[in-house]
Amino acid sequence: MAGAVEGAAKKEEILTVRNLHKIFNARKKSEVRAVDDVSFTIYKGETFGLVGESGSGKSTTGRVVIKLDDITSGTVIYKGEDITHIKKKSELLSFRQSMQMIFQDPFASLNPRIPVKKILGDALRIHGICKTEQEVSKRVFELLDTVGINRAYVNRYPTEFSGGQCQRIGIARALCVNPDFIIADECLSALDVSIQAQIVNLLIQLQKEQGMTYLFIAHDLAMVKYISDRIGVMKDGKILEMAPANELYSHPLHPYTISLLSASPLTDLIAERQRQRIDYDPAYHQYPEGTDPKMHEIAPGHFVYCLEEEVSKYKQQLA
Amino acid sequence: MGETILSVKDLHISFRTLDGKVSAVRGVTFDLKRGETLALVGESGSGKSVSMKAINRVLPGNTLYDQGEIIYEGQNLLKLSESAMEKIRGRKIAMIFQDPMTSLNPTMSVGKQIAESILIHEDMSREEALEQAVELMRLVGIRNPQESWKNYPHQFSGGMRQRVMIALSLACKPDILIADEPTTALDVTIQSQILDLIDDLKKQLNMSVIFITHDLGVVAHVADKVAVMYAGRIVEIGTAEEIFYNPQHPYTWGLICSMPSLDTKDAALYSIPGSPPNLLHVPQGDAFAPRNAYALEIDYEQQPPFFRVGNSATHYAATWLLAPEAPKVVPPAEILKRQDVFKHTYLLQI
Repeated sequence: MAGAVEGAAKKEEILTVRNLHKIFNARKKSEVRAVDDVSFTIYKGETFGLVGESGSGKSTTGRVVIKLDDITSGTVIYKGEDITHIKKKSELLSFRQSMQMIFQDPFASLNPRIPVKKILGDALRIHGICKTEQEVSKRVFELLDTVGINRAYVNRYPTEFSGGQCQRIGIARALCVNPDFIIADECLSALDVSIQAQIVNLLIQLQKEQGMTYLFIAHDLAMVKYISDRIGVMKDGKILEMAPANELYSHPLHPYTISLLSASPLTDLIAERQRQRIDYDPAYHQYPEGTDPKMHEIAPGHFVYCLEEEVSKYKQQLA
Repeated sequence: MGETILSVKDLHISFRTLDGKVSAVRGVTFDLKRGETLALVGESGSGKSVSMKAINRVLPGNTLYDQGEIIYEGQNLLKLSESAMEKIRGRKIAMIFQDPMTSLNPTMSVGKQIAESILIHEDMSREEALEQAVELMRLVGIRNPQESWKNYPHQFSGGMRQRVMIALSLACKPDILIADEPTTALDVTIQSQILDLIDDLKKQLNMSVIFITHDLGVVAHVADKVAVMYAGRIVEIGTAEEIFYNPQHPYTWGLICSMPSLDTKDAALYSIPGSPPNLLHVPQGDAFAPRNAYALEIDYEQQPPFFRVGNSATHYAATWLLAPEAPKVVPPAEILKRQDVFKHTYLLQI
């Protein structure tokens, strides 16, 4: 939440991603450049939002950062350590004690055949966090308290819970290892509106109490704005614009951001009825060979993917 | 807005399950006028999809229609024979579903699927049907339909597939289109296009549309009238203006407050505590009472009837707070702000 980042001096980099590429089926006809030269930095205790349409590469970015998928090229530095090339199981285990992920579909991400006690207990055992079985059950109860699930449900199976409760268990599982960093990949989109609010409040509470850092991936623009300190807008594997949340929504610069915001339904009837959709032509960010588009800082902290020549045009727009 | 075209009266539906009888719909009443868009809002499990599927009688075999009527063209659809129902389903009352991939046949080109549904309902040659299918695909904005009718569903993107579904459901120029969360699986840009498309087609064909959704942004975009459902009942119904700016039921308050608008920031998001009741055991009194911060004693004993809100002919809410004896309560700040807008914007016009 806002307030976590107070003045540049206090900012401590926790994750730095430089020139990240993820190419599926490289050099084949079916080559997909899912993540195409993406760079960003996330500071300790903040929430960085990634928004974009499906296929924009936002989920792949998250999966690559936590090393569920291999990195094609580029560097990922987490807490000062280069984690780009770690491969060994022991290294991955210790890295993931610090970084965890919450997935989109709360039902699909929990094994339906094992009870909550074992889902959480296994995570504790695999990471060697608890030595004895008493410790495991004690910690499982603590985790259930944290996410607001009744302790009496500890022997229940995932199918006996509602979607919102399953998502809480998914969060509890991510919290098993006391992570500092959580990647939340569309963790709200499968939930009802009223339940979404409960989960968001839980995430914010964890951030306040434990200083958690989030990479929040979503397509619901209002929710992303609400939870994020800074936001990156992705399209076709590239970040096209990156800015503090309020700045991005009040002064969007890239035509794609403007179009995306114009398409977002508003919860206010009068505003929604007056909303005009602005279409975006993807040719806009496909620059000809030989030119060198990259992220340019238009205002402090406000970056736009463009050519050197376009910078002055954007600066004028802001002024 | 024209005459009443569909009228649902005191509909009760339950399912036989191994655990017992689940009362999914517990008294739903509403009228739909020609050319009108009604949005049905509520959480999953509130019975919105079930009551809509009942209109077309496409519920599974363990369904019990306990009580109530669905009147369309002077006849009760629940009493019709299956063969009579087939003349209405798809032809007069069409449906589109949330997931276009699972509702299309993956082994048949989309053009043929559309033509097939035209052929079932209308007497014409295959060539004519195919021509009409191509025409429909053009109508819903699929590029180059002359060629793309030969493509299979997997060759289309999610948004284009949903357009195919819409073309399919419009094949027989229905009177009523029931759209069950048609844009939930889609990106905002595509969602916006599909909503505009349905709205345009509605005007062109003078259809009535029932929109099932839990996204209030979508509701604001399309709805003339809004019905809010909770635990199998409509708890509040009114024009879009009335529901957005003068909501009366605490559940509607909760729904509105729990959605961040683009200018909410820093204040904790309001969330409705607890979870919806299990309809295997219908609670006594108002089903929302245990989650309702404004619940009165009577809420735990008796189900509230519909109270008319002010002098409105269209706005009703089922909450004891509207009873003349009820104590005055102060709604959440966001709602007060909206009611203020309502007083200044809408009441002055009347």
